Amino acid sequence: MSDISYAEISRNGLWSNNVALVQVLGLCPLLAVTATAINGLGLGLATLLVLLCSNVTVSLIRNLVRPEIRIPVFVLVIASFVTAVELAMNAFFHDLYKVLGIFIPLIVTNCAILGRAEAFASRNSVSRSLLDALTMGLGFTLILVLLGTLRELVGRGTLFSQAHMMFGEAARWLSVTVIDDYQGFLLAILPPGAFIGLGLLIALKNLIDQRAAARQKITAPVPQQATA
Amino acid sequence: MPWRNMVIGALILGLFSVVGTGLVALTFKGTAARIAENERQSLLRNLHQIIAPTEHDNDLDSDLITVTDPALPGGNEGVKVYRARLGGQPVAAVLATRSNGGYSGNIRLLVGIRYNGTLAGVRVVSHKETPGLGDGIEAERSDWILGFSGKSLHNPEEKGWKVKKDGGQFDQFTGATVTPRAVVEAVYQTLRYYQQHREALFAEAPDSDDDDEHDDQHPDQHRDQHPDQQKAESD
Repeated sequence: MSDISYAEISRNGLWSNNVALVQVLGLCPLLAVTATAINGLGLGLATLLVLLCSNVTVSLIRNLVRPEIRIPVFVLVIASFVTAVELAMNAFFHDLYKVLGIFIPLIVTNCAILGRAEAFASRNSVSRSLLDALTMGLGFTLILVLLGTLRELVGRGTLFSQAHMMFGEAARWLSVTVIDDYQGFLLAILPPGAFIGLGLLIALKNLIDQRAAARQKITAPVPQQATA
Repeated sequence: MPWRNMVIGALILGLFSVVGTGLVALTFKGTAARIAENERQSLLRNLHQIIAPTEHDNDLDSDLITVTDPALPGGNEGVKVYRARLGGQPVAAVLATRSNGGYSGNIRLLVGIRYNGTLAGVRVVSHKETPGLGDGIEAERSDWILGFSGKSLHNPEEKGWKVKKDGGQFDQFTGATVTPRAVVEAVYQTLRYYQQHREALFAEAPDSDDDDEHDDQHPDQHRDQHPDQQKAESD
């Protein structure tokens, strides 16, 4: 477990053990905020930041904390960082903060973060935990943005609308109206659209995995090992 | 010895609570001023959509009173009234009313009324109506809400202060009648209240000190978050 290679960590976080597509954790914020790509990006980055802080801290204190109290300590660490990030977002990205609202404090309850602290950071070195947090967080952010982009495009016919909330007034050009006079497709914006969209993304990932496995079998018949 | 482990465990846990609380306290101290300024700016931005900055010379965000009167939409919980003056003369009042007649949750409105009783403008501050249907009340999504500007208690007469489906003057949206109906009703009630209480609204002394103002802003925010907190389940 402790000898896990950096390449393996990266592959796990971004693809083969992706938080959203494989572990299917943190669904509540994932499904709720991804009505637009910018919302997804905002929550994804906030989650990534909390994950980085908590994983590094947990890894640093892993030999100090006794097993009986490790979960309360992890929760405390995570809750402190989430509150700090929430305050910082309120101060520096006020408009985005208002849109994401309750889902910022709810990062505390994102099982993915406690999951990484318990399953990875509490057993691995700081550098490995840092990389794990980075790739897991990026994997999560990527899916949030992808799902947000899909839903925004299908539901509203725009891309990166309200980009100025995140990057300032200079980024207004990022907002693109892809389809003019689009009537909107309500299903995609409402929660069912999020479930359907995520389902499609998971199916797509499984399809790609199957194709890759099939191709590998033809070229070199090596028995596949199960990860995850 | 088990009790020894317990004490050490408790001490470590206590240590982490202190460090964690310290981190949060430091961030809070570092960001509090900026957050308050952000909230002030976003309030002023909303108010200035209704009353242009050139039309008044007083501080909109400090010349406010809180009215508690059930006759006003949302008035049971207190409605903030921002007063605009130019050279000491009343120009307009912006009432932060709340309608609970929407499809889901409260619709929070800013209703700006000029001193003579015509509407300076209406804006939606927050709502939880269905996206794509009821959200046409937002100024960013459609021009519907701008149609209130210039209207007054007698333009149209009482019969006209309804959506077209109910025999009135105001458009409803395709697939959403409840939301515009609630907004029209709330604006009309606000106008009526204003007509009856105009002088009192401008005469009353502003709510004391900034500290007080912040105190009653906070419960307000918490109240708004409640429906969300109930809906949003942790996983």
